Amino acid sequence: MAAIARPLPRSGGVSWTSAIPYAVLLLFTLPILILYGWLIYGSFFPSMQGLRPVGGFTLENWRFLWAPETVEALRFKPPIIPLTINTFIFALSTALVVLLISSMAGYALSRIRFPGRRTFLGGVLLLHSFPSVTLLIATFIILRQLRLYDQLVGVILVKTAFELPFGVWIMKGFFDNVSWDLEMAALVDGASRLRTWWQVVMPLVKPGLLALGLLAFVSGWNEFLLPFVFMPSGTQQTLSVVLRAILNEGRFVDYGLLTAVGLYYVAPILLVFFFAQDRLMKVYAGGVKG
Amino acid sequence: MARTGTLQLEREEQAPSWWRTNATAMLFMGPAAILVIVFFFVPVLLTLGMSFTDIATATGLSGWQWIGTANYEQIFRGSFTGLIVRNTVIYVLLVLTFNVLVGLGVALLTVHVRDQVGGFFRAVWLLPRISPSVVYALMWTWAAAPPPFGIINEFVAPFGVAPRFWMNTDPWMFILFLNGFVGASLGMLIFTSAIESIPEDLFRAARVDGANAWQIVRRITVPLIRWPILFVLVYQSMSLLASYEYILLTTNGGPGLYITEVWSLWAFHTALQSYAGNLEIGLGAAMAAILVLVGVAVSAFLLRAFRFNDLVSEPRVEIT
Repeated sequence: MAAIARPLPRSGGVSWTSAIPYAVLLLFTLPILILYGWLIYGSFFPSMQGLRPVGGFTLENWRFLWAPETVEALRFKPPIIPLTINTFIFALSTALVVLLISSMAGYALSRIRFPGRRTFLGGVLLLHSFPSVTLLIATFIILRQLRLYDQLVGVILVKTAFELPFGVWIMKGFFDNVSWDLEMAALVDGASRLRTWWQVVMPLVKPGLLALGLLAFVSGWNEFLLPFVFMPSGTQQTLSVVLRAILNEGRFVDYGLLTAVGLYYVAPILLVFFFAQDRLMKVYAGGVKG
Repeated sequence: MARTGTLQLEREEQAPSWWRTNATAMLFMGPAAILVIVFFFVPVLLTLGMSFTDIATATGLSGWQWIGTANYEQIFRGSFTGLIVRNTVIYVLLVLTFNVLVGLGVALLTVHVRDQVGGFFRAVWLLPRISPSVVYALMWTWAAAPPPFGIINEFVAPFGVAPRFWMNTDPWMFILFLNGFVGASLGMLIFTSAIESIPEDLFRAARVDGANAWQIVRRITVPLIRWPILFVLVYQSMSLLASYEYILLTTNGGPGLYITEVWSLWAFHTALQSYAGNLEIGLGAAMAAILVLVGVAVSAFLLRAFRFNDLVSEPRVEIT
């Protein structure tokens, strides 16, 4: 695999043309590398003028962690640590609820014949590509009617629902690949369907659960629009919304702080991605083929 | 009744009620079904319904009336509608072209180089997609900042380009790059796996026949992945049409009145974030309704065109 036009081996050694794809690839990718490199680099200097740091290496920008009261831009903002905890709670709850509901529905769609199965499966596939962001206006009204507006629980429910078509489809795929034998044995022995699902089949799809859980967590951790629109009052605010507020007010004022907070916010994602990259890429690639 | 599977555990033959037969399935499907109904099905109907009302926060959301197609008439007669339609077309076409071409380019290049190197570059291209949108927007905002801060100025200076505040002076170019680098990863991933599943023999045969790299890409690879390309084109144009998050985080429709306002952002501003103070939910819903209908139509097309029936065959074995 992976060789569209690799030159045939020649007797005369490596041809210089084989370096061209590397160079082109590097050139195209450079903007991304520079942006991220610069985010990391800039967070350790008092300020940056273009690519050149002004002043020496410093941890000043990171003092929002240990002395937040001295940071001008954060004066009227909720403190960072509770914000981080909110963001974590939001991402973790979303991931857990998505996992539970997706694997229940995915199991039923994979294993049980019931009226409406095809319709639901078709609906899930349809929603899979449907741009759910177009529904925010109606969702606003629904959350208000359910008395869940301006509450973390409401935002978690909406986020879970939006992640669901993807999750159900992925989990159905994982269940489809599990052999029936163990499950059959458990059912013949008189275990209930619910028990069989939880104790016999779920352990067999652990890789799937891990991959989907990570994706849902990352997606929840990153989420901006939903908490921004549906949780305006700020008591349970998340990092994305507050970072955006600082970005909006303090344009070009304290980029040292902004890069440090930005890096702090994105760091867990970069770590997850670094360690679970292959797994995540597989689900991403498999997930859109639907 | 669904009792004709290859294995039957239930011995009694009395016909159970519909409810009893399907109780297990209902239990498993219940939570997902409720969420889908409450947060997809109802919102679609609600969007369409509200678009014929004057519901707004000024009237406390409760004192609304049916006003027929007045919202739609207002949209079509609005003095900014033309500009916003033009913006939307520019946005979708520019970013779509960037996404598909760059996605295809990166996919072709990364399968062409050594596997580890290819994997590394694909991972880098995925970074913008998996990073928080706020952080990604922050990086671009900073890169495009006016002198002496922004780095874009430094890179273009050797080519004689005068330093400027790119987000304000060239907002469309800014939006193209901002969205382009995020969106290219979808095409990249799909094209990569499509290219890797092409039998190696085809390439070998072409090389033996003396085809060069460009001819192979042009005559073999691209024709063989035309379905994935079509899929990405259709899928991506729909999601671009509906998306506004990165614009909201950067130019927010500006600089100036509606310079970079696209249709979906217009709906959002009208219904959920109006500077005028009154949220015109009904009017915004009418704007969104058009996007919702496009979304349903395009999703349904994708479902049919990419062989839905093969994907939903009945379970092989059934236990009742």
